[in-house]
Amino acid sequence: MKYACLIYSNENDGEINPDPTDPAFGEIMSGYMAFGAAVEAAGAFVAGEPLQPTSTATSVQVRNGETLTTDGPFAETKEHLGGFYILECADLDEAISWAAQIPHAATGTVEVRPVPDFG
Amino acid sequence: MAVLHRDLGDLQAAEDAAQEAAEIALQRWLDDGIPDRPGAWITTVARRRAVDRIRRERTGRDKSDLLARLEATKASRDRPDEIYTATAIGDEQLRLFFGCCHPALSVEAQVALTLRSLGGLTTAEIGRAMLTTETAVAQRIVRAKRKIAGATIPFRIPDDHELLDRIRVVHHVLYLIFNEGAYASSGQHVHRLDLAAEAIRLARVLSTLMADDAETQGLLALFLLVDSRRDARQHVDGSIVLLDAQDRTAWNHAAISEATTTIERALRLGRPGPYQIEASINAVHAEAPSSEATDWPEIVALYRALHAHRRTAVVELNWAVAVAMAAGPEAGLARLNQPRLAEALDQYHYFHSARAELHRKVDGSEHRDKAQRAYRRALDLVSNEAERAWLAQRLESLGDNA
Repeated sequence: MKYACLIYSNENDGEINPDPTDPAFGEIMSGYMAFGAAVEAAGAFVAGEPLQPTSTATSVQVRNGETLTTDGPFAETKEHLGGFYILECADLDEAISWAAQIPHAATGTVEVRPVPDFG
Repeated sequence: MAVLHRDLGDLQAAEDAAQEAAEIALQRWLDDGIPDRPGAWITTVARRRAVDRIRRERTGRDKSDLLARLEATKASRDRPDEIYTATAIGDEQLRLFFGCCHPALSVEAQVALTLRSLGGLTTAEIGRAMLTTETAVAQRIVRAKRKIAGATIPFRIPDDHELLDRIRVVHHVLYLIFNEGAYASSGQHVHRLDLAAEAIRLARVLSTLMADDAETQGLLALFLLVDSRRDARQHVDGSIVLLDAQDRTAWNHAAISEATTTIERALRLGRPGPYQIEASINAVHAEAPSSEATDWPEIVALYRALHAHRRTAVVELNWAVAVAMAAGPEAGLARLNQPRLAEALDQYHYFHSARAELHRKVDGSEHRDKAQRAYRRALDLVSNEAERAWLAQRLESLGDNA
């Protein structure tokens, strides 16, 4: 079954999420490239993308037929959603095992949630 | 499976039937607890599945031959009932242990599932044991099962690389169950027998299934030793008897003996750990014919070793008390009065009763006053009735020695 791995980390911490000009950025990118290759090779990769920081976020709500658009993420949090993977795994243990290999699992939190199968 | 193979004469069918039966067992045992004769249960289920499958999938002569064979063997009386091997049942039990104690479940859910599926307790019994309602327990179990199903939490024996981490979770659940049973946090009596006995039973099963895991052996030994003092820990009227005043002839020496053998087995595995050390501390007490004869320096050394594994305020507290016994009350008080420790333990009644008991042993009105204040602070915090009565009596007797 499919699991979403939602990657949360502190955007404002320059060590956890370094600027692209920082050499540390390249190291983290390599980590993600390696992870991507590993999940693809294992046949587990379904989807995955990084997200631009929450400063680029816009929140949309529709209430009483009116569309309300606000600058920023839906909530102010200490850790911020920075990206996600959708992985095909046999069970939660396998999903957890992959999640632990995501680079930001070491400095942030990866939330693992099953994707319902309505098929 | 060997018997199924013999009866069916078909390895694939036997494997399929055994596999299906094992899956069914896991689900059912999760719901209802392990039956009295798990081997016979599994075999019966496997046989029925095999029959169903043959009826569905085979045709003609092949089908009628097989069905006839099965009918004939069912009628036979010369087979033993427990034909599913002990190893296979052990594996099923291990899968239940690791599944019920999966870290993806909340600790409360782990405890409830373990007591239900491995302990065979009813939700009402679990409620009484954990001082909550039957409904709350039932809801907890339902939610846990929803998560198990929704997130596909597997019931499997973890791979080697994760085994140590996962067994620690199981240990923690059993420890919680035992602690709840041995030292009830409220109520008239110091302990609730049923849960302690259940924790020991489960620990014993686990120690057989994980014979190579030293900490599992240590956990069993610890439970046995703490429980061995059960009958000496309370007077007939329910009031508490502290370790140094307990009637050692009332200790369960068979349990102590089993614990000693278990610790030796653990230590031979050569992988020390906190449960083994805690068990060893209790064993030193158990070996002493009297309180005065207790090898306190050995206990101090063991607490030093324990602290390397568990840097907690409670361990430091117990370590300080041991130091006091080995080197005098003032040595112990010096440790207990460290500000960081005092702050960490301020809400813990044992901290204050320990301080009171040590101040009591040092001459002088200043110490008597401090003892008095410490007993009062402990009384503010205590919730167990038997312990409250003991503290009140200690405070009162202090007043008599003006």
